[in-house]
Amino acid sequence: MTALTNGSRAAEVQLRNVSKRYGPVMAVKPLDLTIPAGSLVTLLGPSGCGKTTLLRMIAGLERVSEGQILIGGRDVTQLSAGERNVSMVFQSYALFPHMNVQENVAYGLISGGISKKKAHIRADEILGLVGLAGFGPRLPSEMSGGQQQRVAVARALVLKPDVLLFDEPLSNLDARLRRSMREEIRALQQSLGLTVVYVTHDQSEALAVSDMIVVMRSAEIAQIGTPQQLYGAPDNVFVATFMGEANHVRGILAASSASTGIVSLDTLKIELPHRNLPNGEVDIVIRPEAIRLVSADHAGCLRATVRTSTYMGAHAEYNLDTPVGPLFCIAPEAANLRKVGEAAGVMLDAGGVFAVRA
Amino acid sequence: MLRRIDPSIWWWGTAAVAVCLMPWNMLQDGFGAANAFALFAPDAEMASALGQALFFQHWWFWPVVAALLISAPTVLPSLDERTRGRILLAGGALGIVAIAVQGWFIGIQGWSYDVLTRAFGELNDRQFGIGWGGCVAFVSFGVLATTGLALRGWFGGDRFVAGTVGLLAASILLFTVWPVLMILGQALNASDGQSAVGALLGRFLQPKIWGLACLTSKASCGAAWNTLMLAVATASTCMLLGLAFALIVTRTGFRFKQMLRLLTVLPIITPPFVIGLGLILIFGRSGLINQWVAGLFGVELGRWIYGFNGVWLAQAFSFTPTAFLVLIGVVQGISPTMEEASQTLHASPGRTFATITLSLMLPGLANAWLVVFIESLADFGNPILLGGSMGVLSTEIFFAVVGAQADFGRAGTLALVLLVFALAAFFAQRRVVGRRSYVSMTGKGDGGLPTPLPVRVKVTAFAVAMPWAVLTVFVYLLALSGGFVKVWGRDWTPTLSHFGRAFSVEWTPQGLLWTGGAWGSLFTTLTLSTVAAPVTALLGLLAAWVLSRQRFLGRPLLEFALMLTFCVPGTVIGVGYILAFNVPPIEITGTAIILVLCFVFRNLPVGVRSGLAAMSQLDRSLDEASVTLRASTFRTLTRVVLPLIKPAIVTALVYSFVRAMTTVSAVIFLTSAQHEMATVFIINRAINGDYGIAIAYSTALIAMMMIAIALIQLAVGERKLGRRAAGDNRPALPAAQATGATA
Repeated sequence: MTALTNGSRAAEVQLRNVSKRYGPVMAVKPLDLTIPAGSLVTLLGPSGCGKTTLLRMIAGLERVSEGQILIGGRDVTQLSAGERNVSMVFQSYALFPHMNVQENVAYGLISGGISKKKAHIRADEILGLVGLAGFGPRLPSEMSGGQQQRVAVARALVLKPDVLLFDEPLSNLDARLRRSMREEIRALQQSLGLTVVYVTHDQSEALAVSDMIVVMRSAEIAQIGTPQQLYGAPDNVFVATFMGEANHVRGILAASSASTGIVSLDTLKIELPHRNLPNGEVDIVIRPEAIRLVSADHAGCLRATVRTSTYMGAHAEYNLDTPVGPLFCIAPEAANLRKVGEAAGVMLDAGGVFAVRA
Repeated sequence: MLRRIDPSIWWWGTAAVAVCLMPWNMLQDGFGAANAFALFAPDAEMASALGQALFFQHWWFWPVVAALLISAPTVLPSLDERTRGRILLAGGALGIVAIAVQGWFIGIQGWSYDVLTRAFGELNDRQFGIGWGGCVAFVSFGVLATTGLALRGWFGGDRFVAGTVGLLAASILLFTVWPVLMILGQALNASDGQSAVGALLGRFLQPKIWGLACLTSKASCGAAWNTLMLAVATASTCMLLGLAFALIVTRTGFRFKQMLRLLTVLPIITPPFVIGLGLILIFGRSGLINQWVAGLFGVELGRWIYGFNGVWLAQAFSFTPTAFLVLIGVVQGISPTMEEASQTLHASPGRTFATITLSLMLPGLANAWLVVFIESLADFGNPILLGGSMGVLSTEIFFAVVGAQADFGRAGTLALVLLVFALAAFFAQRRVVGRRSYVSMTGKGDGGLPTPLPVRVKVTAFAVAMPWAVLTVFVYLLALSGGFVKVWGRDWTPTLSHFGRAFSVEWTPQGLLWTGGAWGSLFTTLTLSTVAAPVTALLGLLAAWVLSRQRFLGRPLLEFALMLTFCVPGTVIGVGYILAFNVPPIEITGTAIILVLCFVFRNLPVGVRSGLAAMSQLDRSLDEASVTLRASTFRTLTRVVLPLIKPAIVTALVYSFVRAMTTVSAVIFLTSAQHEMATVFIINRAINGDYGIAIAYSTALIAMMMIAIALIQLAVGERKLGRRAAGDNRPALPAAQATGATA
């Protein structure tokens, strides 16, 4: 635990074999997860994957069915939400509509037994921190979406929580505001050194704000890693296609050495880092920007035909038909656009091609 | 870390005081400072439980004392939670069971049941009903037991929720389920040589209940069919009228909104027989309309007001306000953004109303229909006055009990039929409405103005509501003017003598003397209603909150039991209370307590319903936010939930107060010379043909309840959400200026 500028003690969160069951349905299958102190970890996945349930279990709003939750080394499994030093920013913000902004922010402090006067002073301070100085007397309904969002953050932050939880906090905002708000949240987290758990279904949001991303799929963890690891070395097709765009084809793996393997896609052969896959047919994921278009008679290339061709200004996008299946390709040179029906050759950059488990 | 004192200590202390010091049984002279310390009382009947056990060989109190000792270690602050939970659960449960068993089995004549006498021999001792000591001990042990359950992980580990559920469950069991079971037991009560089932069937399959003679001849149908047809007709009428009023008041710029509101509230604050009497004065045989028509056209309109039509009309007057109050909340709760969205999707105002507004209101409409349906099933005042030869179930129950034969078996059977109808209605509603909830009030403040009504809807609403409003005024003016003339229909001389007889006061050398005949019953009624209303509202809203927000074992059962109280008609409850509370352990017939209890548990569902409706429109994450912000369950309830459901609080308070003031059906069985109620006084005068004083008294009651409602409204205040009022078509103010503005 570290002392921080706002006095908050960022704490590590540990989930040990935690699961959640609603009757016969497993909402979260048993999983282990450690969220390091002072880091921002995103729970990412499609709706219904169990990410929100997991967050609510950390908050104490849902009881775990099995397993243990530790915050800052303390077992909080049996504690209610109010007894854990955890704050949450809700998707709907859940600002109390009958209280003004200052009362909303001071609410948690007064609940904790701090005098009204002190609480209001603290509330005003924290409102200044999120850029809402002077907005105290307003009602939530008199503020814009982004302002309401900041009030919700201020209300959570004012309690100096061990862990700050965000449940899809930006889903009610427009795109431009979403971008600036996520930067604000990240900046606030970094400057205060907070431990933050952040739920979202938007992969670009996750990539932009996270120290670590936990990708979830049908009640399980699909992969944990830094944004670079998840984008640059996905473990499986799901993670690869969920984290940005990717082409999915089948290839033949033949091992050549301990550290590398050779994968053939029809006529094309490419050397990839060996990831302990058995030889034979494997799943191959190709990022669109890893495809290099060459002339059709280029040696060792994969033959392709241009099906669609789109001029995007800074780059060009193509849909190609190849013997291994359709490929989507982003080409950096947009000046001489290839025509529909034209024959072309495909070469691959090893950095954007992954052999994965299905 | 410093350990706080565990709050269960206070409850254990209360239980200890109740068991050791307070007089256990009901005292002849009432509980006061003189006999409060009862450990060493000279008489067993005045002693505390411990005193009776120590000095009077009342061994059956030893288990109670043991329960106290078992839970005693909870005073140690260092106890770990699991152990604390175990001892509290064991001690509390033993305490409850011990109190219940000794109260149940040992009564005024020793053993209460012959079986026990045969098994253990004659018990040469006796005891009276449970008093303050027993009552406080029972509640305290109950809280200890629920705290124990909470500590062992039940009810989400929340003591407050556990205690609330325990309180609700126990009080419903004692004051609704038990009396109803007593009545239904009568239905199975067989005479010699009959099986219980045979007795029930014999009473059940009667043409007086199920006959269909009215389809083929002029004769009356069975009471069951009459009741059903009446309830369907009344519910549909009231729902439509209520909707028209609700739309006008919330969605139009109608200038006389406030008057309309007052007008629709009028029938609620009227003792049931005033409307009936007004209708008789207008449409009765010597009523104004009949005399007028006879004088003009020489046609006799006859007695059509007595029977189905009259009761239907009277019930429509009586219950339209109920539907109106339910629906006004529903219409207000619809977020304007939904309608705005629809309009931007190129839906015409008419289509928006039909597909969006109405659909969003559907659960509310079904709810209103159901509420009125069941009110009509249970209604007693209107059918008894206007029913004529058409018997409905509630009046038949009454006649079965008060008739010469006092046939409790028949009363029980009829009650069973009535209960089945009501339950069927309840389940049908749940089927229709399902579990859909349209959350309109979210934590995200939403602006926007309610859409004005489409012209056709508006015209229809006014066309329906206005004549009804005029008719209401007409009925009232005529009914109430009956209090200001000497004898209606014969001597039209204006007079205030009726008021004089009821409410005269005199200055004497000894001070003010309340010489009028009505003062006694008026003071009793006011006091008891004032006591009952807040208790009802509190219990009802607590129940609504527990049901809508907490997940725990037995929740459906609790909900079912609460709805049961909604279904039980007053006549049944009245008889049931007499049967259940005439003998120990709870011997309260003839006291004021039984009247208050009757009010509370008869009116509880109103509080629950208005609470549930409000709660279903309140975003759940508001509660959760409060909980994650370190607020206790209690603080969440008082600071977040209650302020946001203020309209529901007002409804609950107003309703329970007013219904306590105006109820007749159950109370008529329970009043005593000492505690006479206003309505019973009025009915007795009316039966004696003394309409003048009856109407004068009703007028005074109406005036008083209007004042009370205004006071309640003022005391609770309006919630401020920053949503602007309907009809306010000015452009929205800039946010900074609008700060002080409230809806």
